[in-house]
Amino acid sequence: MKQISGWALDTANHRGAQYADARIVNDRSRNLATKNGRVGHASSAESLGIGIRVLVNDSWGFASTDKLSKESVERTSAQAVEIAKASARVKEHPVRLAAEPAVLIEWASPCKIDPFSTSVEQNLGLLTKIDHELLAVKGVTLAESNLQFGRYEHWFFSTDGSEIHQTRHITGAGYAAFSFQGTEIQKRSHPNSFGGQHQNKGYELIEELKLVENARRIGEQAVALHKADQCPQGNMSLLLGSSQLGLQIHESIGHPIELDRVLGMEANFAGTSFLTLDKLRRLKYGSEIVNVVADATEHHGPGLGTFAYDDEGVQAQCTPIITNGLFTGYISSRETAHMIGQARSNGTMRAEGWNRIPLIRMTNISILPGEKPLTFEQLLADTDEGIFMETNRSWSIDDKRYNFQFGCEIGWEIKGGQLGRMLKNPSYSGITTEFWNSMDAICSRDQWTLWGTPNCGKGQPMQTMGTGHGAAPARFRNVKIGTAYKGTSN
Amino acid sequence: MLDQGKAQKIFDQVKKFSSSKELEVVFAATNYSLTRFANNTIHQNVAETNEVASIRVAFDGKTARATTNRFDDESLKRAVHSAESIAKIQEPNPDLLPLASAEEGKLEKPAPNRWFEHTAAITPADRAQAVGEIVAVAKKNKLTTAGIYSSAESVDGLINSNGLSTFHRRSSAEVSITMLADDSSGWQKFNSPNVRDLEHLHLAEVAAQKAKDSSSPEELSPGKYAVVLEPAAVLDLVGFMFWDFAGMAILDQRSFLNNRIGTKLFGDNITITDDVYHPLQSGVPFDGEGVRRKQVTLVDKGVVKNLVYARGTAEKMRHSDYAGKMGTIGPTGHGFPLPNEMGEAPVNVVFITGGGEQTIEQMIAGTERGILITRLWYIREVDPYEKILTGMTRDGTFLIENGKAKHGIRNFRFNQSLIDMLSSVEALGRPVRASGEESFDMVVPAMKVCDFNFTEVTKF
Repeated sequence: MKQISGWALDTANHRGAQYADARIVNDRSRNLATKNGRVGHASSAESLGIGIRVLVNDSWGFASTDKLSKESVERTSAQAVEIAKASARVKEHPVRLAAEPAVLIEWASPCKIDPFSTSVEQNLGLLTKIDHELLAVKGVTLAESNLQFGRYEHWFFSTDGSEIHQTRHITGAGYAAFSFQGTEIQKRSHPNSFGGQHQNKGYELIEELKLVENARRIGEQAVALHKADQCPQGNMSLLLGSSQLGLQIHESIGHPIELDRVLGMEANFAGTSFLTLDKLRRLKYGSEIVNVVADATEHHGPGLGTFAYDDEGVQAQCTPIITNGLFTGYISSRETAHMIGQARSNGTMRAEGWNRIPLIRMTNISILPGEKPLTFEQLLADTDEGIFMETNRSWSIDDKRYNFQFGCEIGWEIKGGQLGRMLKNPSYSGITTEFWNSMDAICSRDQWTLWGTPNCGKGQPMQTMGTGHGAAPARFRNVKIGTAYKGTSN
Repeated sequence: MLDQGKAQKIFDQVKKFSSSKELEVVFAATNYSLTRFANNTIHQNVAETNEVASIRVAFDGKTARATTNRFDDESLKRAVHSAESIAKIQEPNPDLLPLASAEEGKLEKPAPNRWFEHTAAITPADRAQAVGEIVAVAKKNKLTTAGIYSSAESVDGLINSNGLSTFHRRSSAEVSITMLADDSSGWQKFNSPNVRDLEHLHLAEVAAQKAKDSSSPEELSPGKYAVVLEPAAVLDLVGFMFWDFAGMAILDQRSFLNNRIGTKLFGDNITITDDVYHPLQSGVPFDGEGVRRKQVTLVDKGVVKNLVYARGTAEKMRHSDYAGKMGTIGPTGHGFPLPNEMGEAPVNVVFITGGGEQTIEQMIAGTERGILITRLWYIREVDPYEKILTGMTRDGTFLIENGKAKHGIRNFRFNQSLIDMLSSVEALGRPVRASGEESFDMVVPAMKVCDFNFTEVTKF
């Protein structure tokens, strides 16, 4: 790989690049899914290629190819230089890169059981068993289960002298039970909706998720929702399960802290951010107990945002984002760090594959658990009235990340510190900072889960990235509940 | 770029390595380039070359797929082995059909030309020139601009061991422009197989005018308003319902059309077809099994008439309890590559209007009080059966009063049933090719809709 990248970097150098890097990626995956106990999807995929990023005349160019011959790599590198020269024709300010030391490193994410060593027969057997458990519940009209395994190996070489070789194993699984009755389609998922739980782990994750053990309960809840009362409308206390809080963090903290959004670089598609530069270390983002970090280090856990070095050769770091409620940090890149007075990028540039440029992406954006012991049962017992919601069903937020609305698959009324009647179609909405300032309790470490969001979209052309979000159940006061159905004919 | 000859050689090689009774290879190749700009500067500028072979094997009701972008013998052998090992251990699926035949792939008429040499030949310098002209419009109006200008050529093909071989070559160009003022913005987007259709300067001027006209936005109370939806806003909303026009969605009981086929669900003025041959459409004239796409009337004067079907879904539907209520059942050429859970979907949607179209200006002139919407954002499904969608307005939202777009307003959140919306269309524009961010491109009209349900307002 060093020889191949050498062809790329030498060509870029000879053609006048101020800086160049080359990433070679070998991406391997297995995707299996069943529907109603039969194979729905069964595939594997491999993709190998090189992406070459060059800085010429203070502007960027990038070209990529799946052909790794000397002639092809040199031609692609020359193409990247030509593209950069074209970029330089429309430029207001030169690109300035924060300094970064050269490193030589090998790293692999911890993986106890290589998921590709497990047999497809075993994998499909598990999914079929889950489907049968779901379908054993009368009223379940559709059962879908899935498993995904990935092995992402990549090499990074730069004209700064860095040589970085990293391998991540990614495992994910989940399932959903659907129930159609009358004029309603209800759905319950486990362990999370939209594909389940995903982490940088091996097959050991599947064994931890207790998939079969929960299937009957999930199927029963999907059917029971038809008879549940509609979630009421009004302002009240809200308890969120940890997976829903993870998505709340993703949308209302993770995206607005991306410095490229803040600086207008995503204005045409993903949008901008309400977190303008004047708000750093001034804005009271949340209540005193809101502490959020962007942590890509192995110490944080096997999140989808865990790595040793990012895709421009910067070491993984832990950056305080919200500290005791105060907004304290953005996620940045070598190009943008100086715009907030940082001498160094905090290492969040990530690319979907060899054919995409790295962008500022969430790593593991996690809320820290409460310091005092607090179980979910204790939190519930401490809540006189309110609603508990879990598992996301819909999510939407404006393009500056102020106004959000989330729907969940299921809810329960809370009365006198206990869960009461089940509620269907629960939803809540609000303004980001008002919401986080209304948080008055969060459970402790033993209730904290590092969730994986495998499908975060950003960039043009669109890139999909996995991000991690650690969260524990938490309580919010005076939240607007039930707006999703307000004014509709339902 | 991959051509049919090279693809045939790869197929022949794969065949040598495979013990499968049936074999299918889907080919995709692309040369794609995109110039991205923000803050009046080109800040990202990328190019990609990639060719992919996706190999499907089938043994008596068992099938699986393996995809690779390496065409050397070792890589192809590995892919074949992977597909075969995933397929062989499965329980046979009695619903799996033999591979499509050459007859099923034969097009009803010549495929429309969607490849233009001058579009495929666009250079980085050409794109930079266009972006420079867009930036000049921004500067002239004291605005900043962000967006993309992209160009591509691509090939899609399929060869199977049942004698079916089909290929389609196309080009594409796209421009998307956001113009930003201090407290407002405007947006326009367009794409076409032919770059000469793009008119980037005109789009830049329209986006700039919207940014200027919507400055100092005022806050309006949420509630029900008449709305004039520009085509991109219509596209991104209605796009959420077409997944439900799949036969498989009915069989799975996850479609809002379950128990509603043949009923009058929308207004008399709503007629929708799927037509890959429409002159404003783009895309490939065959599906993921190589079956030719047919024109399908999905909705006729508000009545849901037909669904689209992959081969296997059609066969299953014919033998289901739904068979008598489904309209025409048969393969329509809308299947996804097998194996998959979703079955099929319409992908070349065309709205048909029966005369009496209005321009957006006429719709505004006929509105006493309402909202003009340029674009919608982050639309998600709240209720799958009533088809309630939520989302935000974005990049040019205006109050209409006494027949005039009066001033910009702060962006709204909506929670709106699509069924109610398409039953409340007061006026339709001439269908145009539209492009958004939440859905695939379609040929859709602007619409004036009464009682559109806004539930909250944001802070800008």
